[in-house]
Amino acid sequence: MAEPLHMLTALGHAEPETRAIGSCRIVERFDVALASVAIRRGKGAAFEKAAKAAGIPLPAAARAETGTPYGAFWVAPEMWMVEAPFASHEDIVALLKPAFAEAASITEQTDAWVRFDLSAPDLRPLMEKLSNLDFAAAPDGMASRTVIEHIGCYLIRRSADEVTIYGARSSAASLLHCLEVTAASLG
Amino acid sequence: MTQSNRIDGGQIDRSRTFRFTFDGLSYEGHPGDTLASALLANGVRLMGRSFKYHRPRGPLSAGSEEPNALVQLRSGARQEPNTRATVAELFDGLAATSQNAWPSLRFDAMAVNDKLNTFFTAGFYYKTFMWPAAFWEKVYEPIIRRAAGLGALTRQEDPDDYDKGFLHCDLLVIGAGPAGLSAALTAGRAGARVILADEDFRMGGRLNAETLTIGDQAGAAWAAAAVAELAGLPNVRLMPRTTIIGAFDHGIYGAVERVSDHLAVPENGKPRQTLWRIYSRRALLAGGATERPIAFENNDRPGVMLAGALRAYANRWGVAVGDRVAIFTNNDDGLRSATDLQAKGVDVIAVIDSRPDGALLPGIRHLKGAEVIDSAGRLGLKSVTLRHANGRTETLRVSALGVSGGWNPNVNITSHHRSKPLWDEGIQSFVPGTGGPAGLTAAGAAAGALSTHGALATGQAQAIAALADLGITARADSLPAAEDAPVSILPKWYVAGGKGRAWIDPQNDVTVKDVKLAHKENFTSVEHLKRYTTLGMATDQGKTGNVLGLAIMAGLTGQSIPETGTTVYRPPYSPVAMGTLAGRSRGKEFKPFRLTPSHKWASEQGAVFVEVGMWLRAQWLPRAGETQWRESVDREVLATRKSVGICDVTTLGKIDIQGTDAGAFLDRVYCNTFSTLAVGKCRYGLMLREDGMVFDDGTTARMGEHEYVMTTTTANAVTVFRHLEYCRQVLWPDMDVQLISTTEAWAQYSVAGPNARKLLAKLVDQDISDAAFPYMGAGNITIGGLRARLFRISFSGEMAYEIAVPTRYGDALIRALVEAGREFDAVVYGTEALGVMRVEKGHVAGNELNGQSSALNMGLGKMVSKKKDSIGMVLSQREGMTGPNGYRLVGVKPVDPAGKLTAGSHFLEPGAAPVMENDGGWLTSKVYSPHLGCDIALGYLKAGDQKIGRRMRAVNLLARTETEVEIVSPHFFDPEGERLRG
Repeated sequence: MAEPLHMLTALGHAEPETRAIGSCRIVERFDVALASVAIRRGKGAAFEKAAKAAGIPLPAAARAETGTPYGAFWVAPEMWMVEAPFASHEDIVALLKPAFAEAASITEQTDAWVRFDLSAPDLRPLMEKLSNLDFAAAPDGMASRTVIEHIGCYLIRRSADEVTIYGARSSAASLLHCLEVTAASLG
Repeated sequence: MTQSNRIDGGQIDRSRTFRFTFDGLSYEGHPGDTLASALLANGVRLMGRSFKYHRPRGPLSAGSEEPNALVQLRSGARQEPNTRATVAELFDGLAATSQNAWPSLRFDAMAVNDKLNTFFTAGFYYKTFMWPAAFWEKVYEPIIRRAAGLGALTRQEDPDDYDKGFLHCDLLVIGAGPAGLSAALTAGRAGARVILADEDFRMGGRLNAETLTIGDQAGAAWAAAAVAELAGLPNVRLMPRTTIIGAFDHGIYGAVERVSDHLAVPENGKPRQTLWRIYSRRALLAGGATERPIAFENNDRPGVMLAGALRAYANRWGVAVGDRVAIFTNNDDGLRSATDLQAKGVDVIAVIDSRPDGALLPGIRHLKGAEVIDSAGRLGLKSVTLRHANGRTETLRVSALGVSGGWNPNVNITSHHRSKPLWDEGIQSFVPGTGGPAGLTAAGAAAGALSTHGALATGQAQAIAALADLGITARADSLPAAEDAPVSILPKWYVAGGKGRAWIDPQNDVTVKDVKLAHKENFTSVEHLKRYTTLGMATDQGKTGNVLGLAIMAGLTGQSIPETGTTVYRPPYSPVAMGTLAGRSRGKEFKPFRLTPSHKWASEQGAVFVEVGMWLRAQWLPRAGETQWRESVDREVLATRKSVGICDVTTLGKIDIQGTDAGAFLDRVYCNTFSTLAVGKCRYGLMLREDGMVFDDGTTARMGEHEYVMTTTTANAVTVFRHLEYCRQVLWPDMDVQLISTTEAWAQYSVAGPNARKLLAKLVDQDISDAAFPYMGAGNITIGGLRARLFRISFSGEMAYEIAVPTRYGDALIRALVEAGREFDAVVYGTEALGVMRVEKGHVAGNELNGQSSALNMGLGKMVSKKKDSIGMVLSQREGMTGPNGYRLVGVKPVDPAGKLTAGSHFLEPGAAPVMENDGGWLTSKVYSPHLGCDIALGYLKAGDQKIGRRMRAVNLLARTETEVEIVSPHFFDPEGERLRG
């Protein structure tokens, strides 16, 4: 058997990065496993039952829910992205498939994304520079697809001072650069 | 003496003094000044030269409509041309220079154009520079550009940042004059989300420039109090120094905030300007009105200004533009300028009122039925000549003349969706028409309500109406008392009878004579008038001159002004710097990059990268001693074919397709069949567009009963995914299919060459012998226990695999592959070697997948299954697509192995002239094949499959090359595919 392969973050380092810029803190998260979970046609009831049994939340459209071990955010009609701790759920598809059997299509998405958690006493000035989402009016738990600096992202408003951004993994450096210079421009 | 024209009052901070320079001379001003007000305070009226005639010019206005006082602000990398001095906020150390003058502003050699003005009438360019045609680009245009210029760029990179952002509101109020403030107060007090934007650095609009009162307060004080109240409302966002530049779709407005323009250098990290996209549910235009002049001979001298601007400089900035002032007016508002100036101690010599009737102003020489017929003063106004009602002429010694021809509502933004403004006889001007941007209404002077009370009342009423649309109730608080004088105006557009020129559009040097010439030459439509004379085509979009031009044309044609019509305005409302539009997207930050999983490793190797869309891919990886790219590429190709090569192919699109109908779905989107593909196998697929042309290609693997993984080309990864989503959601919503992109989730490497299997066997935990993992096999495997995927597919023509691991392990895998390959002299190859090998093998890629080629053209016609329906199948068989003499993919070799091929060459029979009728097709992809030792190429050739072995000419008229070539099979290398199957 070959030697185990080492992991690198999306930014190309062994450990995730953290930035503090003014009052804003940007934390790269490398400890979350992701899978897309979609309802197979006509299997809605079985899907919901399975999700409930497994403790997987199924938030309404444009919403996110946290939980242990599973959190989830809505990404499309009858489709969610399920979050779980990477350490315990690295092979998340293998863990979810038995729960849903033929009721769901499940795809590993862990490394399709880079995740940055942003926090600041007031994120509004930063968010209005980054995305056309109406962050100020959005409720806590809002989740939406958006574009930040030409990069397709998911944005989750955890609270007025905490937000999660999932961006395309290959553009992690560009996305972080955008977050940094924008945060810096706010003084 | 500094600031010799400074008088008492105004809204400037006299406790602080700013020093600034204009054309190298030092002056003083105060916070609250504009560059124009400060220069005027210092007695400087000459600020520029005109565009065409290089006439001396000073400011006409006190606002953003300014056509004349264009200067260059700052110097070096921060130099900004064509800046209106009337809106440039003064700061300490500001340095401005004049433009479009040589050698100096006071003595401009190009003013010779003024003497030659009879040559430079409307249509001059069109009539003069007709021939020879070849002269236009190389001779005429450079000369014209030098002679008729504006400011200059330094060609140094702007050191400042420009930002962008997104805002949302219930009501966007455009303009913070009395109407805008009234509307914002009404909406803000009702709890609505309000954005109040104003281009000025001080909100209040004309209230800051007037002496009138609102309630028991001065207008400016009322405005300041209103702004203070609004600033205290958390639901209101005040945006001074912010110009709404355009109305776009769905209630979206563009806005430019000049964050740091009033500072010498932006504060640390702050942008110079921010381009905002404002998403409004409703919008209210309260942009006020712009005064227009009356045209008369030589009405463009420095010192001839709009009457409202003269009183604005006096009231707001404490500046008397001249010590002896006359007013020329056709309306009552001009009289207000006279009384305000007199109240400020300015010597008002006369009011020249073109109206014959009406009351006379007390204490001022008020001449009824009179008009100004000429002016004098080389670099600034010294006198005006007037004609009394009885025909007698008189010359008055004056240093400034205020002219008022009435006020034009600033309808511009209401026209941005091509709504035509309507003529209002009462105010003799255009007001907003119907059919403007949805959700946008107008109030105050912008809507034709020119009194202060009218502004307050319509602002309030329109805010209430807009919010009512949204289900928000706003109350109508009682309005403070304000003047409500009716508009008294008798149209007067220009003074007839003179022989000289009378300017109507000073920025483009368009005169009454030009309009008359356009009429004489039958360019009478407003659209023709505009293009022929360039009326309104300067950076001010004719804010002061357009209506004059239209009215004069109406008079010439005998039509009314509404019959004559008007052109409409376009975004931006006022000029926007290119840097603002670019924002942070410039230089290396023009777009984000996508980095492959092997990027870090490849960088360490000194790889040369190429941009492929947003991806950076290793193009080749030079080794020590290789000085020329071909050395590296040849080595990579030969080593791969000899032993084994590794290439990062993560950029290919990967789409996970699941569901019980996934196979049937693929049968419909691919022209060949996939539902019969066995689990654990993959197949090459061809995807057509509806019109039968090839859209994309790639391999798709069946990973489970209802699970497929599709690969696409790198270029079409997004468009194929979008197409599949369209098929799934719109065409066949009843199918049980779920899709998601996994391009980024997996790091995927091609391992190709005779020793590929041996190399991989060192890493893969499972048996991958030919028996266990045959050609076109696919499956889940493990590497040291880590989940991974293996596909036995080849683009190079070699026995090859693609191996994938979760992306975070991609760096480790490339290093492991290289290490495991060391005993085989493995190489890592880039996109160039990849391209060479695919041409050697005859595989199509982007150059052949050009959107105009069918499967038959590519030699893949048999892949289009007739046994089932699929997108594009029917139209791929239509007449003209299936004939035997259409284009076919062929291989091309030079007859002389030393001969060079040029991509884009066209195929010609020997002796045929290089004309379209003889065109046989073209050469799509060319490489040097180290395997064959010569250039080789692919191409589309008419009836190419019937011409194998023929000799033709490959002719490229652009590159001026011609090579005798032999048409061969596109499969240069291992045509039987024996190496693939290993």
